[in-house]
Amino acid sequence: MDSSAWIALALSLKVAGCATGLNLILGMAAGFVLARKRFPGRDLLDAALTLPMVLPPTVLGYYLLVVIGKRGWLGSWLYETLGINLIFTWQGAVIAATLVAFPLVHKAARAAFENVDPQLENAARVLGLGEWAVFFRVSLPMAWNGILAGVLLAFARALGEFGATLMVAGSIPGKTQTLSIAVYEAVQAGQDSTANTLVLITSIVCVAVLLSAGRLSKART
Amino acid sequence: MSFDVEIRKRVSSAGRSFDLNVQFRTEAQRTVIYGPSGAGKSLTLQAIAGLLKPDGGRIAFNDEVLFDGSVKVPAQARRFGYLFQDYALFPRLNVRQNIAFGLQRGWLNPSRQTAGEAVERWLRAFELTEVAGQRPHELSGGQRQRTALARALVNEPRALLLDEPFAALDPELRGRMRDELQALLDRIDIPMLMITHDPEDLARFGEARLMMRDGAIVP
Repeated sequence: MDSSAWIALALSLKVAGCATGLNLILGMAAGFVLARKRFPGRDLLDAALTLPMVLPPTVLGYYLLVVIGKRGWLGSWLYETLGINLIFTWQGAVIAATLVAFPLVHKAARAAFENVDPQLENAARVLGLGEWAVFFRVSLPMAWNGILAGVLLAFARALGEFGATLMVAGSIPGKTQTLSIAVYEAVQAGQDSTANTLVLITSIVCVAVLLSAGRLSKART
Repeated sequence: MSFDVEIRKRVSSAGRSFDLNVQFRTEAQRTVIYGPSGAGKSLTLQAIAGLLKPDGGRIAFNDEVLFDGSVKVPAQARRFGYLFQDYALFPRLNVRQNIAFGLQRGWLNPSRQTAGEAVERWLRAFELTEVAGQRPHELSGGQRQRTALARALVNEPRALLLDEPFAALDPELRGRMRDELQALLDRIDIPMLMITHDPEDLARFGEARLMMRDGAIVP
């Protein structure tokens, strides 16, 4: 088997891993806020945060280009002040994968936090714990399995990300060509054996992730 | 010992609203607020503990103002022991960890083998040493209540707030736990404020008695 498949797999794992790490923090924070706080525009915010799940990845890719592209409002600032360019880089692929997979963590985290009995948090408060301590000692441990199941799904989703990644990061072999993009390129180029290998690897990884997610959601509640 | 309480709060859910307008002062060592469910007793107790922010009014304990239009002392610093109706024990922690919970500061829970003079003393006092390693769901109703009481008392609270302490118990056990609570209160001499809909509790613990109906104290 040619080494390019392994390079694509390594890149995919790196991109999906970084995106999942980011989503763990962002999705958990957003899920907690929406589960516990009441404020105007809460439903609108929830809808906006879920949007990446239903929008076509190409539309998300387009939005990302508008924001972080060289002439985008954030991208131009990054380029001019810090010299950072995200387009056609693996970091750009991480941002695309993060955006696409975000709702999976957010939804799971929100549901998991909503399942935590607020009375337990109150019990911790009257025992003298500050809000951060209540979060880390009561809310998070109780919600953790649910969050982790969402995180694994988000990892699988990030691993398979194609459309937004292609638009933002392109398809540079060894640099931004992830597994799913490599499959597309291989099929386009008529390299059936390469495509077969890539598809097999992707499938095995995704099945493993789904099995783990299933075990977690069934684990002690 | 005195509670000086004036609470105004409007709560709305599902299009219906409920107005709490409570005013009372008590200097009794044991005060019972008695009334039917839905009278606003739990809201009152939560506001006193700092778990519910009133819209207006004033809450003072021993002349220390806890709330006066804005929160002066947050729940974390009020140092009240609170016994929740369903006890609100932490389900993933064993009895020992539950009792030690408030003694440990920081972002980590006490370890499974956590010890300490105060924890051991309360484990013995409530005959929980045998079940110290078990989780709340493995306990009997009485043991659960004792664990919750120990968890509240180990922090040496200034007063004990009890929310329907015997409602979750079956009738036979209820009588026994009443005896236990009375013996405990006689022994440790701590001010107590209890809310209940059970006339038996009122008769037993109501040194000062307040009746509550439709969100207000009635004479």
